[in-house]
This record gives sequence, C-alpha cells and structure tokens, in this order.
Amino acid sequence: MRGRRLGDRLLHAYTWLVIVWLSSPIAVMILFGFNDKKSKSNTTWQGFTLKWYDRLFDISDLTVALQNSLVIALVSTVITVVIGTMLGLAVGRYRFRGQGVTNFLVFAAISTPELVMGASLLSLFVSGNVPRDATTIIISHVLFSLSFVVVTVRARVIVLDPAMEEAARDLGATGWGTFRQVTLPSIMPGVLAGAMLSFALSIDDYVVTSFVNGGTVTFPLWIVGSVKTGIPPQVNVMGTLIFGVGVLIAIATSVAARRRA
Amino acid sequence: MDRSLNPALLRGMTQARTRRDAFRIAGLSAAGLALAACGVQGKKAEAPKTDAVKDFWAKQTKHGRVVFANWPEYMPEDQAPLKKFQQATGISYQYKEVINENAEFFGKLDPVLRAGQSIGYDIVVMTNGIQLQHMIELGYATPLDHSKMPNFLANAGDKYKERSYDPGNVYTMPYTSGVTGIAYNTKYVEDDIKSIGSLFDPKYKGRVGMMNDAQEIANFGMFALGLDPEKSTENDWKQAGEKLKAQRDAGIVRKYYDQSYIDAVSKGDVWISMAWSGDVFQRQLAGEPVKFVVPEEGGTIWTDNMLIPKNAANPVDAITLMDYLYQPAVAAELDEFIQYVTPVPAVQDLLREKATKATGEGKKSLEQMVESPLMFPSEAEYAKLRTYVKLSTAQEQVFNPIFQSITQA
Amino acid sequence: MKRLTPYLLALPSWMWLAIFLVVPMAAMASVSLQTGNAIDGFAMTFSVSNYTDAISRYSTQFLRSLLYGGLATVAMLIIGYPVAYWIAFKGGTRKSVYLFLLLLPFFVSFVLRTISWGFLLADDGVLFGPLKSWGLLAPEFHVLATTFAVVGGLTYNFLPFMILPIYVALERVDPRVIEAAYDLYATRLSAFRRVVLPLSLPGVFAGVLMTFVPATADPVNAQILGGTANTMIGNIIQTEYLTNLNYPTASALSFTLMAVLLVGIFIYARALGTENVLEAVAQ
Repeated sequence: MRGRRLGDRLLHAYTWLVIVWLSSPIAVMILFGFNDKKSKSNTTWQGFTLKWYDRLFDISDLTVALQNSLVIALVSTVITVVIGTMLGLAVGRYRFRGQGVTNFLVFAAISTPELVMGASLLSLFVSGNVPRDATTIIISHVLFSLSFVVVTVRARVIVLDPAMEEAARDLGATGWGTFRQVTLPSIMPGVLAGAMLSFALSIDDYVVTSFVNGGTVTFPLWIVGSVKTGIPPQVNVMGTLIFGVGVLIAIATSVAARRRA
Repeated sequence: MDRSLNPALLRGMTQARTRRDAFRIAGLSAAGLALAACGVQGKKAEAPKTDAVKDFWAKQTKHGRVVFANWPEYMPEDQAPLKKFQQATGISYQYKEVINENAEFFGKLDPVLRAGQSIGYDIVVMTNGIQLQHMIELGYATPLDHSKMPNFLANAGDKYKERSYDPGNVYTMPYTSGVTGIAYNTKYVEDDIKSIGSLFDPKYKGRVGMMNDAQEIANFGMFALGLDPEKSTENDWKQAGEKLKAQRDAGIVRKYYDQSYIDAVSKGDVWISMAWSGDVFQRQLAGEPVKFVVPEEGGTIWTDNMLIPKNAANPVDAITLMDYLYQPAVAAELDEFIQYVTPVPAVQDLLREKATKATGEGKKSLEQMVESPLMFPSEAEYAKLRTYVKLSTAQEQVFNPIFQSITQA
Repeated sequence: MKRLTPYLLALPSWMWLAIFLVVPMAAMASVSLQTGNAIDGFAMTFSVSNYTDAISRYSTQFLRSLLYGGLATVAMLIIGYPVAYWIAFKGGTRKSVYLFLLLLPFFVSFVLRTISWGFLLADDGVLFGPLKSWGLLAPEFHVLATTFAVVGGLTYNFLPFMILPIYVALERVDPRVIEAAYDLYATRLSAFRRVVLPLSLPGVFAGVLMTFVPATADPVNAQILGGTANTMIGNIIQTEYLTNLNYPTASALSFTLMAVLLVGIFIYARALGTENVLEAVAQ
C-alpha cells in the first residue's frame, strides 16, 4: 500500500509540474505588465510601476477588442457546445445513415488548414453578399470548434452504458426527462471539457478571424498588429486580468467543492 | 463599460436577422457553387485615362464622414490629429486599426473587391511591395485628384513624389517610411559594422538573422553583389539567390525572421541581422545595446502608403484627410509618435523647436529623435537607399521561387 | 420517433457543416484544378498536374510535417496520459479545476505566450545565461531555431487537447474498480494494461485525432521556433496563398494534406481497433 500512495503523490506533483510548465510564459507576461518602460518597446526590464493598471483602458480600440473577444468566445462556445454535444451523442450512441459522411466532415473540419478555412469562408460570405462582422466571426469559430466538442463528447458517450437510460425509460421517464436526469449528467465531463476547449480556441484565434472579421477587431488581431511597433503593457495587464480571474474562479470552485464534500 | 461596446458588434448580436438575410444565407450554397464552376475572374486594369479620372472626381461630393483603416500604433492614442481634422473640416471620422500584415490584408480584400463590393474603408495603408503593386494592377486603387492635394504638393519631400512603384503619385500618398539596414548587438559585436559583407562573414556563423520576405532578402543579396535592385534582371536574381543559398548552407544564417528579429538581436540570440530602422530606434530609446547602420553597399527604403480603395464610399473626404496629414504641424505630431521617417522634411525643424521648449524626459527623447539618422536620414544616406524591383506577373513567378526556396527550405 | 432521434440530433451540425464547410470545400476543390494567375484570372482546366507538381515540389516539407506532427503527438501522449489518469482517479471534487488550470494559459493570446517563451529560452536568457556562465552549457548551445524547439512548441501548444479527451474517457471508470483490479492482478502493470488502458482507448483516439491533425498542419510553431530547415507544409500553403496568390497550388496542397492525414488516422484507428473497445471491455 505504501508504494501506491507514493506513486499517487508523485503523480500529483507531476500534474502540478505540467500545470506550472504550461503557465510559465504567463509569469513573464504578468511581470512585464509592471514594467516601467521608457520607450515603446516593452522587452527590457526598466523598473516597477503600477501605472499600466491605472491606464488600463486608455487605448480604447484595445479595450473594445478585448470586449469583442470575450463576447464572441462566450456566444460561440454556447452554440458549439449545444450543437456539438447533440452530434457527439448521435455519432457515439446511434447507427444511422450518413454516419460515415458525418465522421468524415468532423475530421475534415479539424484537418483543414486554418488559412484555407478562413479564406474559403470569406469567399463564401462575399459571394453570398453577407456583411462581415461579429456574426461571421462567431459562425466561423463555431465551425472550427465544433469538431473538437463532437470528438470529446463522443469519447465519453462511447464508454457509457446505455442500459442506464433504458432503465430510466422503463421506469416511465420521458425522453427529455431521461436526457436531463440520466444522459446529460453522465456525459457532463465531456461537455465541460469540450466547452473549455472551444472557449480557448475561440478567444485565441487569429488566422480565421483575420479573414472574416470585416471591421470588427478582436484581442489577438489587435495584438498581432501592434507587434510591429511594440505591444503596449496594457495588453500584458489585460492578459494578467484574464488569467487572474481564471485563477480566482478555479480557487472559488475548489473551495465550494470542498465545502460540499 | 456597456456604452463603449463596439456598436458594430452590438448590431451584429442584437439585430434580428431579417427575412432577406435568411434567404441570403440559404442562397450562399448556390452562390458558392457558382463561384466554383466559373473559376476566378481576372480584373487586370488599364492605366487610368485622365478624362475618366476627372469625370470620376467631378461626380464626387463631400459626405462629411470618412473611414480610415490603418496599422495599430500608427496614430497617437488620443487621436489628436484626427480630432483636429474633424474640427477643421467638419468631416467626422472612424479610425480602425485593422491592418496587421500586407499579404494577409490583401488576401482579405481581394475577394471583396473582385466581387465589385466595397471593403468599407475609404483610406487604407499598405507598404510598397508585391501586394501594393497588385492593388494597382488590379485596379483596386482609386486614381487621385491632384487638385485636391495642396498640402501634399507643397510639403512632401521631393523623394516622396517620385517613387518607382507609383511615379507621379497617381494612386498613393506616403504615410511613413523606414529603412531596411543592419542591426547589431554591441554587447557581442565589437567591430564597427559598415559593410553588408558582415552578414556573410563566417566569423558570425549561426549568429546572423536574415528576413523571410522574398523582396527584402533579394535586395540584400543584390547589394552584397554590388547590383542595383531597382534595375535588376532575372540573371541578377539568380546570382543573388546563389549568394544567399551559399550563406545559408554554410550555416551562417540562424533563422529567416519575421518581425521577431528585433527581439532576437536585442537579446543576443543573433548578433547581427537585417533590420528595420524604426524598430532599432525604439530599442535604443529603451536603452538596449543595439545599433543600426545603412550598409555602405546600400540599403532598402520602404514606404507605407495611403490609398483610396475602389468602391470607397467617401473619396472626397478621404483625399481631404490624406492631404490634411501633410500639414507640417500635423505631420510632426504623427512622426513624434510613430518614430519612423516622415515624408514631410519640415518636421525635423518643428520637432527641434519643440525640443528647445520641452523639459526633462520629453526633451531628451525629442532631442534624440531630431538627431537620429533613423528618423531623418542625411542626403548621403538617402543616396544609398533603393526600393524593391518592380515585377511583372510573369517575373514574379520567376522571382518568388528563387528566394522562397532559400527561406522556406 | 426513436428512429429519428440521431437525425434530429445531427441536424443542426449538419446544416452548419454543409453550408460553411462543404460548400467552401467544393469551391476549393474546383480552384485546385484551375490554372492561371491572380492578375489575369484563373480558368478551369481540370489540371491534375497542380497536385502532382505541388507534391513533388514540396515532398520534403510534407514528410517533415508528418514527422514533427507524429513526434509531438507521441510526446503529448507520454506527457499527458499520466496527468489525465491522475486527475480522473485522484482529482476528487476538484477535477474540473485541474482541467481548467491546464487550459487557462491558452485563454491568453498566443502572441504573448510566444514572446514570453522567447524571453525565457533566449540563448543568454534567464534560463541558459546562468548555466552558460557557470560553464554547464557550451556558449553556442541554443534551443530556439532548432527542430527540438518546433516539436517542443507543438507539444506545448496542443497538450491540453490530448489530456482532456483521455480524462473524459477515464473519468467514468469507478476508482474502486481500479483498486479492485490492482488487488486482483499480480502486478500493477498488468492491471493497468487489462483494465485501465482499454477503457481509455476512445479518449486516446480522440486525443490523437485532435492533436496529430492540427499539429501536422500548423504553420505557427515552425515559423516562430524553427531555424533554416524546419519549414512545414502549413508555411508553404500560407506563402503560396498569401504571397504568391497561387490559389490552385494552395488548394491542391490543402487537399493532399487532408487526404494524407485521413489515411494516417484510418490506419491508426484500424491498428488500435478503437471502434471495438466496447467488446474488448465486455470480454
């Protein structure tokens, strides 16, 4: 038994090590949000200041870009999770006509190079005379996140036991009732994971967005553009706040979970 | 917070899709297939006829609004020059920082303009290069009315009126210029770098940065061979290609960089690199150990240009704004922020004057700017500067593979 | 009604995929067979040579991409599996918190992450600078602009896409079943091999699909982290499309890439027998 506990402890430490590794560039980003830089370039440490926090919203275009990104990521995640979970259930649970084609399309959406996807979506919108704005960005984000949700949910559905649902139905539950009380809770980890992936994909997308955005600028777009003349520290501060809010959510969730337990 | 939410975004999110929109989306599939069947139409443009240009402008009127698409950080954060423009002319403006890269921006506007639609901007800014040339060749740029450009004609430097990619300013007005030369890190390089030969010196094996853009690297290959890129021929490109290939195969080049070369030089990952002047100047202001030289064999001058895209809604307002930016006081305000080379020579004196009145940090950085050859090149330096070779479509198909096979092995 | 269920579930996604993926792909397929140039226009000539030319010209970059994508996928599997395992079985009430923390760095723009990596991994930077001055590393040692950096960057950027699906598949297994299996089988290894691994295979399959495919097509890591001979096929497609305006070649390359990846994933699925996992568990 002792050996096993040691193994668990090692794995626990290892998991944290991976989390730290993935977050390590964030530390640098946070640091340079406090840099009292004298010129436009923010690459050499020149002293500590809080002034960028004070002037966080001075660059109005950047502020708008961040707001756009957050709204777009939320909306596209909701749409993707709903329709992606439905399709994930369909391909994981049922046998139906068109399943092969569906699997192929899900695969094709992942394997299309982003640039090609962005360019062909733009041609499509142009030929349909659809104005490019936040709506077309959301449409495109749903398209490239969809497969990730489908594949993740399917990986869950495929290992579930359908007997549970049948039992619920035998006990007189309606289709919707069964779904809500049996199916959904059991696939929830897959749905949540898919939601997180799709939010991350959306909020960080550059290539596809740059084609279909029209006049709407998102956070990654603005940053890429500003590289030419030096990324202002406000960008670091905003990144820090996103990260900080995320960490707070994580802490709150974990405290709440401990209370419940 | 809510009030500052982008109105376009709000509109997109809240407006109910009208029935017509629904039909439109349904019709998309048909449209897409039609597009696929016919191939992509070419739109090669003829040189503009003077009468046609006159007729076009005669029909245009001032609309009191203008939409300006530019690169980020190309306008002071308070947008003071544009605000003053609005006060002076009564033309309201929208300023959008939507251009990040020439190729990408062109890739985005090409299908729209090809379909005869408007891209929604009245002014766009593009660097002279293949994409700008395509804009002109495809008729995507509106010929300018010189009678509406008094400030430009009075204040632009002569060099900015005769540029090989748009002689006589038929389509474009420069926004700002920069120089491609050599940057080196003085912590690692003790010699005074003067010659382009240093980029090919085995002494710096694995410590040389070159750019990944075909035109930029081609120019440096040709300078190294003593050739003039502006007058170069296919044979010259091949020779330059050989020279650059040998440099790569000898392990001298560490990497073909995009914008990120400047971080690599200032951190010492590479010791010596092809570089853009404005970047280096900013790093110097930050106290980083980087120096910039225009090699004695020659350097490249590039220009970001304003132009009015085809089907723009407000061409009169657009040209009014473009010309307004050529008032020396306005140009000085812009250049103090952008820190590249301004097309208005009078700016140097205006900034010098401002420096004498300023105090402290502001005074110091203004003085540095005025004295900097990176913002105000001397005549001798200008004489060494060349722009890119102008390529026909057929030439492009020879030129690109020569240099891309080096940078993208 | 029950027979209609899968179709109703699939309908919204089908519509999305049909309008926004199939139609553009059909257009792209057509463009990939045309000839001409952007200035004079392209015309349909059913020129299959677009494909053969593109493949023979860029075979090096194709093979390299598959290699890098494959190496990164293996690395992700090795690094990610234990993490997914631990979170699924030992994460307790905080499972989703751990997953969230793994993904959180990716909510911040890739540009900032990249710049920070450049800062950390600089030849004489905060990590290597001291090691070099103590003589532990050769002065010319560097990580940036190497093959290792590119594969490492791919591994870093897609790791969560490997961990999450494996976790999702493992999480449904009752930890008590695992404990029982460990008591039942002679060694931990055989317990793992016979009970845990088969249950996680659908997750592994999903993870490989979601990492190998985009990693192979990725242009960003090679461009930022690579040296002079690390160009991947994604970079070539980018250049052909944006710089050369050679839409037919770019389209032909994309389709070829898609076909190669499809074949690869198909072979992999067959070799792993993923689809039969339920039967395997039942036995």
